[in-house]
Amino acid sequence: MKKPDAQKVRFTRERKLTIINAILIFVVLIVILQLWLLTASMNALLGDDHAVLIPAALVSLGCLGLNAGLLWFVYRID
Amino acid sequence: MDTPDRDQVTVPPDGRAPQDQPKWRKDFPIDWPQDEYVSRRDLIKFIGLTSASFVTGQFALVVKSLFDRGAAGPGAQAIASVDELAVGETKLFEYPAGSTPRMLARLGEEHFVAYDQQCTHLLCPVIPKVVDGKFHCPCHNGWFDAATGNVLAGPPPRPLPRVTLETRDGVVYATGIERRTS
Repeated sequence: MKKPDAQKVRFTRERKLTIINAILIFVVLIVILQLWLLTASMNALLGDDHAVLIPAALVSLGCLGLNAGLLWFVYRID
Repeated sequence: MDTPDRDQVTVPPDGRAPQDQPKWRKDFPIDWPQDEYVSRRDLIKFIGLTSASFVTGQFALVVKSLFDRGAAGPGAQAIASVDELAVGETKLFEYPAGSTPRMLARLGEEHFVAYDQQCTHLLCPVIPKVVDGKFHCPCHNGWFDAATGNVLAGPPPRPLPRVTLETRDGVVYATGIERRTS
């Protein structure tokens, strides 16, 4: 059941800024991991090593899911 | 628990509370602290899009690998006669015809090797130094072992793709291309 607005925890702007800074750091780290995965996969493909491509793609998809979840949380605290 | 925002300086012209304001007014704030918040939120959104594009690239590589695995090899092709090269000499050839140049090197009486001529770093042509047992990429000082094609020094991330060879009746044939990651 959805919480009525009165029961929702509202953060002050200062707190929201702290939360959003923390989320920003997480999101940047995740994207750096994805960039590394992409370059490693490219290197593997050019070296005819096809075995790592699908696991790498799935991990990258998981990272996107994590990023989407964090973005959803950002909009939720808005 | 609700606590008042200390950074809320500008009062909206309609006098309503900040959370009751229309979306466009929340997205284009006047006060610096709120502007910082909105700009960071938008940056997270933009990074989310970057994340999505990385996933797209990742799956594009999977699709490309599926197509590459289904493709047939170029087959055997005569590239030189055994007498054509003295020990320590090299010859450029295309395999298959129209491809980027590849090089055949004679390292010993019965020892022929062939590799792509393009460096695996940024595709500069590598220069054979067969006497030293090496290939050199002058663009960024990359070095490869002539016997194996492995990287000895410099920025190349992978060994040179090797052309597999077969010698029959005094003729050297290229039979396939072998790419490796190490």
